[in-house]
Amino acid sequence: MDHLIGALIGAPLLGAGILLVGGRRLDRVGHWIGCLLAAVSFGIGAALFADMLGKPTDQRTLTSHLYSWVPVGGFRADVAFQLDQLSMTFVLLITGVGTLIHIYSIGYMAHDENRRRFFGYLNLFLAAMLLLVLADNYLLLYVGWEGVGLASYLLIGFWQHKPSAATAAKKAFIVNRVGDMGLSIAIMVLFTTYGTFSFGPVFAHATGASQAKLTVIGLLLLLGACGKSAQVPLQSWLGDAMEGPTPVSALIHAATMVTAGVYLVTRSGAIFNAAPTAQLAVCVVGAVTLMFGAIVGCAKDDIKKALAGSTMSQIGYMMLAAGLGPIGYVFAIMHLVTHGFFKAGLFLGAGSVMHGMNDEVDMRKYGGLRRYMPITYVTFGLGYLAIIGFPGLSGYWSKDKIIEAAFAKGGTEGWILGGVALLGAGITAYYMTRVMVLTFFGEERWEPAPDPDKTPGVEPGIEVHPGELPHPHESPRSMTIPMVILAFGSVFAGGLFSINSAFLKWLEPVTGHSEGHSPVSTWEVTAATLVVLVVGGALAWAQYGRRPVPVTAPRGSLVTRAARRDLLQDDFNHIVLVRGGEHLTRSLVYLDHSLVDGAVNGTAASVGGLSARLRQVQNGYVRSYAVSMLGGTAVLVAATLLMRAV
Amino acid sequence: MNPINYLYLSALLFTIGGAGVLVRRNAIIVFMCVELMLNACNLAFVTFARLHGNLDGQIIAFFTMVVAAAEVVVGLAIIVTFFRSRHSASVDDASLMKL
Amino acid sequence: MTTSTGEAVQFWLLGIVAVLGALGTVAMKKAVHSALSLAGTMIILAVFYLANGAYFLGVVQIVVYTGAIMMLFLFVVMLVGITAADSLKETIRGQRWLAVLCGLGFGILLIAGLGNASVHSFTGLGQANSGGNVEGLARLIFTTYVWAFEITGALLITAAVGAMVLTHRERTERAATQRELAERRVREGAQVPPLPAPGVYARHNAVDIPGLLPDGTPAELSVSETLRARGQVRDVSGEALEHLKELEQRSEEYAEGEGESGARPENSANGAANSANGPANSANGPANSANGAAK
Repeated sequence: MDHLIGALIGAPLLGAGILLVGGRRLDRVGHWIGCLLAAVSFGIGAALFADMLGKPTDQRTLTSHLYSWVPVGGFRADVAFQLDQLSMTFVLLITGVGTLIHIYSIGYMAHDENRRRFFGYLNLFLAAMLLLVLADNYLLLYVGWEGVGLASYLLIGFWQHKPSAATAAKKAFIVNRVGDMGLSIAIMVLFTTYGTFSFGPVFAHATGASQAKLTVIGLLLLLGACGKSAQVPLQSWLGDAMEGPTPVSALIHAATMVTAGVYLVTRSGAIFNAAPTAQLAVCVVGAVTLMFGAIVGCAKDDIKKALAGSTMSQIGYMMLAAGLGPIGYVFAIMHLVTHGFFKAGLFLGAGSVMHGMNDEVDMRKYGGLRRYMPITYVTFGLGYLAIIGFPGLSGYWSKDKIIEAAFAKGGTEGWILGGVALLGAGITAYYMTRVMVLTFFGEERWEPAPDPDKTPGVEPGIEVHPGELPHPHESPRSMTIPMVILAFGSVFAGGLFSINSAFLKWLEPVTGHSEGHSPVSTWEVTAATLVVLVVGGALAWAQYGRRPVPVTAPRGSLVTRAARRDLLQDDFNHIVLVRGGEHLTRSLVYLDHSLVDGAVNGTAASVGGLSARLRQVQNGYVRSYAVSMLGGTAVLVAATLLMRAV
Repeated sequence: MNPINYLYLSALLFTIGGAGVLVRRNAIIVFMCVELMLNACNLAFVTFARLHGNLDGQIIAFFTMVVAAAEVVVGLAIIVTFFRSRHSASVDDASLMKL
Repeated sequence: MTTSTGEAVQFWLLGIVAVLGALGTVAMKKAVHSALSLAGTMIILAVFYLANGAYFLGVVQIVVYTGAIMMLFLFVVMLVGITAADSLKETIRGQRWLAVLCGLGFGILLIAGLGNASVHSFTGLGQANSGGNVEGLARLIFTTYVWAFEITGALLITAAVGAMVLTHRERTERAATQRELAERRVREGAQVPPLPAPGVYARHNAVDIPGLLPDGTPAELSVSETLRARGQVRDVSGEALEHLKELEQRSEEYAEGEGESGARPENSANGAANSANGPANSANGPANSANGAAK
């Protein structure tokens, strides 16, 4: 079965190659090729999964060594894959959700003339993401890491004729660069510490390194994870990334790529376990982002940006869980998987709504859509219940476990982290209820579609009738079927995983697990969660469900206005980083011009001036040269005589 | 009289010849001054031969004469060629070796 | 050990002459004078060689240097350096000062070095020349220095070939025939008849005296270009005019005494001959033409 691992990555890579190299003549079949190869990859993944289930627990890890990539002296990097339970979980999530979103995109992108290119990029993303989770060493992981960054950049900027999309793509790329810098330095430090990149030897000797080095590695890995997973302080790109087509937001910026940071932390668990400081930093980052994303999500009127804030917040949960160590790794990954289902479903639902509403994204201009889009309403509603942690649905099983684990960390930290997680659950209920109510309930607040010629910010994939009220309608079959499947996942995945602690047992050989001593019992956590959930939901209902919603957003409180501006993150970045950088570069330029150039030009000018003087000596007259020869001879004779005299 | 006086004379002639090379412009006269310097050297060689009591100095002087003859032939040929193209025998007219 | 008094006297006398000759070589305006000064110095050096026991070299110095090389110089002077005497004015700024400074410094250093050497005794060539100077040299040349000697042979051949290559001009086209030259002269409007001859006064039958044109001015074309360039043309036109006056006077006197009829046809025939001869004879004929003019 080993060789199938290569095929797992190879299928979407082949698809990307065919679609991107094939050019326009593949326009008519491109989307089918893309879907087929994504499905093939999923099929291979499923086969490998079945094979893995049939093996005893300790023999489930598959490895595949393709070739030696960079064998230089003691430096050795291989193209080798490792498929264990953790990777398998990701493979199924990536290829499964990926295939569904490929199918969804057939309908969603039906009117886009660049659909083939879109599928090429999607396949490229699948290949890179699979490479990321299948690599058996950090260097190859880094290749996949950069690959998904590239795919993300290409897809955010897919409608690059829109300046906002192009800017958002660049922003995502640049912010990710900061994180990637951290990851690359972390890999370098890893190599100098352990002399290898491979996971096996590194984790086996993880505790061998000094505490300081482990902490440095852990913090640098965390920086990388922050960049990719949109965690504070590198979170600013995710909201803007919603400029990309909605399937991209669902697949890359909700379900899979942004969770790569969680994968990285979980995968490097051995290192983090040995570096408590770094672990605590992960927890803090997770907790801060959790609140940050939730607050931003409460204030946004753009449905996709509200969901993006929610994504940030949910990944904050995962980070928090991953930072808790062996208590939380399993729940981090479990929440990751369930989140993959319901968040992808929510995004697809949002896309379906936009599809029916002339590409309108402002929730204040929706309302009462449940009658017109019943399937979207039901699937979106199930995703909503799952994400807020309604008992029995997926989110309930994973999120409550994380809250419980946070309390189980013990001490003051445990109380603070647990409290934040609990509060976050309440806010989640608030903002998700708000989205739900604004979109599907209340009166119809529709507005005529803007003129696409005058407003360039409209997605071109959708037919727009300027000046007409939208005609909400249910989306085509290719879009609704994936939504339905994802809704099933949202409802049942968590429960399935939790029967007999199946997921825990599945993942435990890789991540390890320990039961913490929680100061509060499971049912107490459940009860508390339910209380905050109800309070949050009721608040949102009271605010948006019972009163008419103004089409233009009210001014709102200071916090609301700040939250609308993403809690001033861009302003902070601009003032601290951009301005600071500008001042730095300006002063460096000044130094360069005055000092460096001054020295260089001064030297050149003095040499030039001296030469201009000296060239007068070379007048072309043989007799002048002869004089200098005689003078030189005289000096030599004098020197000789002097030497003899001395 | 000490034969070293011949050496003083040789030095004097050599210096006069050198000054002539530097001062005169006519290529032929410059050339004559070079010959004068060579002859001064020859005088010194011959005197050294006498001072040291062996004939090697004379041999060297002999070779110097041969070389001088060869040099005169080539040098005068160059002067003639130069004169043909420039209608001048002044060394200052051949002053292209400059910036 | 010192040399004989005779040699000392000879040294001091001839040495002064040699230095004067060297100075003359440097200072003379004309290349020929320089060459002659140098030849004098070389002969004195030959004498010094003989005095120093270098009999062979002394003779070779006279034969090769003074006899051959200096003659070669004179030939080239004749070919090249004949246009004008050199100006001794310095054109390169500071050159003369630098030359004098360097020369003086170098000379003083050399002489100081020699004085420092303080050779108080010398061996003399008595023993080395015992078997004869030429034999001694020959033994050395054909034993110790045979390799250098062979090389000198190669050098001489190379020099001879080099000189030929440098001075030789390959004829790249057929030489023009007399007829072609004549046609070209006519076509270019150059001097078609022969050039006028220099003055052939009975008293001044020399190439450096230009013939006189009918109006009594000198005909530049009749004198060699080289002489003109050197300014070595003797102009006798003024003298000729003096003579002309005397002649006119005499002829008047003669005419008064003889009458007019008898002389006329002879004179006109003379004038015709003159014009046929052209300007070439004009120098010859001022008297005749004056004769004609007078009538």
